[in-house]
Amino acid sequence: MIFLQLFYEFFKTGLFAVGGGLATLPFLNDICQKYDWFTEQMLADMIAISESTPGPIGINMATYAGYQAAGLLGSIVATCSLVAPSIIVIVLIARFLSKFNEHPLVKSAFSGLRPAVTGLIAAAAVSVMKLALLRIPAFEASGQVLDLFNLPAIALFIVLFAAMMKWKKLHPVVFILAGAAAGIVFKM
Amino acid sequence: MKEYWTLFWTFCRIGGLTFGGGYAMLPMLEKEVVERHHWTTQDQLLDYFAIGQCTPGIIAVNTATFIGYNRRGVLGAIIATLGVVFPSFVIISLISAVLSNFAHIAMVQHAFSGIRVAVCGLILQAVIKLLKSSVKNAMGWILLALTFLAVVLFDLSPVIVVVAAALTGILASRGRQKA
Repeated sequence: MIFLQLFYEFFKTGLFAVGGGLATLPFLNDICQKYDWFTEQMLADMIAISESTPGPIGINMATYAGYQAAGLLGSIVATCSLVAPSIIVIVLIARFLSKFNEHPLVKSAFSGLRPAVTGLIAAAAVSVMKLALLRIPAFEASGQVLDLFNLPAIALFIVLFAAMMKWKKLHPVVFILAGAAAGIVFKM
Repeated sequence: MKEYWTLFWTFCRIGGLTFGGGYAMLPMLEKEVVERHHWTTQDQLLDYFAIGQCTPGIIAVNTATFIGYNRRGVLGAIIATLGVVFPSFVIISLISAVLSNFAHIAMVQHAFSGIRVAVCGLILQAVIKLLKSSVKNAMGWILLALTFLAVVLFDLSPVIVVVAAALTGILASRGRQKA
């Protein structure tokens, strides 16, 4: 049963996450809300791990979630389900439609898809920011507006983001390590 | 048999040595697939990459599938894909095992709280980059705002958003052609 669920969720992700990069993130967020395979925190940590290790985040998260849900076999099922739609779709395209990306229908679909995927990733960014920069449980407990903001985290965010905009060529690992160091030094 | 192994091993190296995925993979692919093995030409590789970007799934996986299929049919596609996925699989299995043993240590928890803040910045940076390349007109801004609000406020499934956005794109260009 759990294997069927893993197959269904990651096959769906592989089939509908278009555009690469962080495109799988909104789907992983959706899975996170529905099952207890991984928490929002773990998803945020996995983004950092994926930026610092080789391999796409979708694959990393499928491996991790599958492992948490049902051990090694679970991680194999989740990873294979994620790549199965790619194999099917690409083999069909390679056989019948070698100029797929120049087809007018595909081009017009993508004029709608590109901004929507950006919106989806922005929405996923909001949920990571809520987790890292706000203290929603503390706010709900006390009702004090000041408790809502995780001020040290917000200060660190401003510093790191300014640095990212200034040194755009630097590898993401640099900022991840800086974040880890600040987290340890300031006991965040 | 030998070519299956070469496919697996080449894509295994590509998967194991590219950080960040997406375009980060292109130089490595050029070196291995075009210059070293002559499996495709530079132009073809860019075509595969463009197709990989506008088909469902992960670009790295899609490109590997494409080249594997052109070399050795369906089995070649599967083997190249398994190759590109294999390093992530091993690395993440190891990290998951290590993390679950160290996650309760206070210092590790502090480190990850800081790392999550850095991740916020990295995602925001990715969104800004995407905004510049993906939103070209008023329809784009409207679609972006609608999808953002639909997910943040109403928790709409991304599957519905993706299907609706593709249909909107198709209908909008039909409308333009008629007008």
